[in-house]
Amino acid sequence: MVKGIENKSNDQRPFEPSPPFAIEAREVNIAYGARRAVLDVTLKVPEHTIVALIGPSGCGKSTLLRSMNRMNDFVNNATVTGEILFRGQNIYESGADPVSIRRQIGMVFQKPNPFPTSIRKNITWGPKINGYQGDYEELVETSLRRAALWDEVAGKLDESGLALSGGQQQRLCIARAIAMDPDVILMDEPCSALDPSSTLKIENLLLELKDRFTIIIVTHNMQQARRVSDYTAFMYQGELIEYGPTDEVFETPRQELTRDYVSGRFG
Amino acid sequence: MSEIDLTQGSTGLSNQVINRAPDLQGQFLSGSTLWRPRRGRRKFFGVLFLLLTLLATLIGVAALIVLLESVISQGWSRLSWDFINNFPSRIASRAGIKAALVGSVYLTGLVAVIAIPVGVGAAVYLEEFAADTRWRRIIDINIANLAGVPSIVYGMLGLMLFVRICAFGHSLLAGACTMSLLILPVIIVTSREALKTVPQGVRLAALGLGATKWQTVRAHVLPTALPGILTGVILSLSRAVGETAPLLMIGALSYMAFVPESPMDDFTVLPIQIFNWSSRPQDEFRVAAAAGILVLMGILLTVNSCAIVMRMRYQRKMQW
Amino acid sequence: MVKKLLFICALFCVIVTLGIVFLLLEEAVGFFQQVSIKEFLLGTNWAPMFEPRSFGVLPLVCGTFWVTFGAALIGLPTGLGIGLFLNDFAPSWLRNLVKPVLEILAGIPTVVYGYFALTVITPWLQNLLPSVEVFNAASAAIVVGLMVLPMVASLCDDAIKAVPRSVKEAGYALGATKSEVATQVTIPSALSGIIASFILALSRAFGETMAVTLAAGSTPKITLNPFESVQTLTAYIVQVSTGDTPQGSIEYKSIFAVGILLLAVSLLFNMLAFYLVKKYRTVGE
Repeated sequence: MVKGIENKSNDQRPFEPSPPFAIEAREVNIAYGARRAVLDVTLKVPEHTIVALIGPSGCGKSTLLRSMNRMNDFVNNATVTGEILFRGQNIYESGADPVSIRRQIGMVFQKPNPFPTSIRKNITWGPKINGYQGDYEELVETSLRRAALWDEVAGKLDESGLALSGGQQQRLCIARAIAMDPDVILMDEPCSALDPSSTLKIENLLLELKDRFTIIIVTHNMQQARRVSDYTAFMYQGELIEYGPTDEVFETPRQELTRDYVSGRFG
Repeated sequence: MSEIDLTQGSTGLSNQVINRAPDLQGQFLSGSTLWRPRRGRRKFFGVLFLLLTLLATLIGVAALIVLLESVISQGWSRLSWDFINNFPSRIASRAGIKAALVGSVYLTGLVAVIAIPVGVGAAVYLEEFAADTRWRRIIDINIANLAGVPSIVYGMLGLMLFVRICAFGHSLLAGACTMSLLILPVIIVTSREALKTVPQGVRLAALGLGATKWQTVRAHVLPTALPGILTGVILSLSRAVGETAPLLMIGALSYMAFVPESPMDDFTVLPIQIFNWSSRPQDEFRVAAAAGILVLMGILLTVNSCAIVMRMRYQRKMQW
Repeated sequence: MVKKLLFICALFCVIVTLGIVFLLLEEAVGFFQQVSIKEFLLGTNWAPMFEPRSFGVLPLVCGTFWVTFGAALIGLPTGLGIGLFLNDFAPSWLRNLVKPVLEILAGIPTVVYGYFALTVITPWLQNLLPSVEVFNAASAAIVVGLMVLPMVASLCDDAIKAVPRSVKEAGYALGATKSEVATQVTIPSALSGIIASFILALSRAFGETMAVTLAAGSTPKITLNPFESVQTLTAYIVQVSTGDTPQGSIEYKSIFAVGILLLAVSLLFNMLAFYLVKKYRTVGE
């Protein structure tokens, strides 16, 4: 891995992580009607890493994230051009089934959004509709343990998921995503609605999860990006300004704009 | 609770990395026996479900088309100035709707005079003045219930209260009072919705300038909510135009060879004329009924589309 | 001063309610002095005009039941279907096309629906099944079903719209199809609103008068055949009040007993719907 950028001629060469890649965006453009939200983004996400997307609000990072499991299919007049490869296959090719894609690329949202039903059903619903044949009790326990929630809810699986605290709800949502055994988990500012101690729990959780899943996390909290991610991508006004190992992006950014942002001069 | 092994086991959540190929057409995890996604079946049910909801929508649209088509094909050729300007007659081809049309117009005017002040007043009280007490909740429940009372029951109330006790007889006034009671809950509910859309800032700004509550409401809240209130009022008045049952109860006539001249005169209205003609077995009267429906629905559509256009303009203007 | 005036306006509604209940009860008491409540509620023969008179309300209830039941069968699933279609499947241009259609349907006077039943639906039923009578419960039920359709559709639409987008998205993100999210996430989340709309529709069908009077006939009887002429509670009230029944006679008083029954059942429906709507509003927020 290239470490430290001494000479300026290196600046122009894009960062090349080592394959295999879980997600690879190639010259992706996303527009809502006439408004272009993402411009020519090329981004390679290696397997079993955590990649953070940072940038000021409105920079297109959430839009890019949502295009990675075709959640933006539900947004009227959103158009995606370019390719997004999932393990080498373009998820926007004709014939690609968004339902199957989402089943393999899970998502955790900004605000905790448990289904208004029991904790148990929150976990089992996804596997059930996707035809999981194994033992559901075991699945519930494993998923909740992996999401570091088991000890807190073990005795009350049949209570409503909405009765949990915000941090617990978000971990329930993570458990729900894990239960599907996805390849990639997309996280859209998962801690922005949470208090610091819940945030810390979830950050620790992410570090444990990455040996099994590839995680792409959108955050506007730079400390969080620094703490959890292996690679960081900085976006500004729809463009990918800089992408590289997290330490480099924060300590020796190549671009003026990145330096200004990570040092807190705007954003 | 026995410790379960997180690294392997039947859940498929083992830690070892499985390099599986993605399958974007849906046969993912084909090697695994743990998941049987049955995408084909699920897609089929998805399409089936879509078609069912589409069918439901088509039923609604088709109902309107068939209804309009039947009324127009029956009644269009019967429409003429004579039809509008003649009194009803035993001879179907000479029958007209003059008395009914005039009765409907007078009745609606009277209803507006009676129901609008009371309805809007009640709405303003409940929305702007009433504290959230038990009394207000009782009135809330009461209004919700009144809105659901069958219209014919209002007719019975009108019969007892206005025709008998107030001795208005089978007059326009008795009809208008009855109809006002009927649409009162609707006016209150829609006016309250309109008042609710007025941002709190408007009230606070006026109160902050030292205005009294009533000054605030009159000078700022009511004007802001006015388009919404008017829309609701128009829609409820159009309901009064189309209502039949309560007026049948209080004894509106079905045969009238003169135009009512004072609120105490006997009267008839378009829907009653239509009801009367529809219930006769002769085809000629059915044709007259269809022509009457065309006039009635023409009036209602004009009035309602005014209300809808007003609401749309109002929504566009009120982007807070 | 102004406040007091406005308060009187609001109080007016309570007075109207009390007025309805009091006046109906007053007349009905006279009726129940001659006919026992038990005979009224459980009797199976309704013959108010001819000797020997009999005031068992069940035949009228049977007619009302057929109309309400049939209308529910047609109006409720169709209305819910429209609500789902408009929210989850229809592109916005189609939604903008269907919504006005529903508003027009909702604004059509009930007497027009009665005409429609008589001149279109009944002949159509007779074409399908020659034994269908000119006046029949099925035709009235179909037309009342169409009548409540726009109300159910727009209330279901509201209830479904109130389901947070984020909860639906959670469903999609787990690899659920649109129909799976609609049936297993959206409908359960909007359930109390949907049920409230159903109850209001039932209440409306139950109290519907003009279309039913025109289409269902005036033959009070207990029957299992929806293609026969029946009489509903409301149609009976119209029949008596438009006839020349002398005021103060027992059949005249009987309409108030029927009216009380009508009022009681619709109030029951409405209270239920009111509480359900309140409940779903708090969940929705």
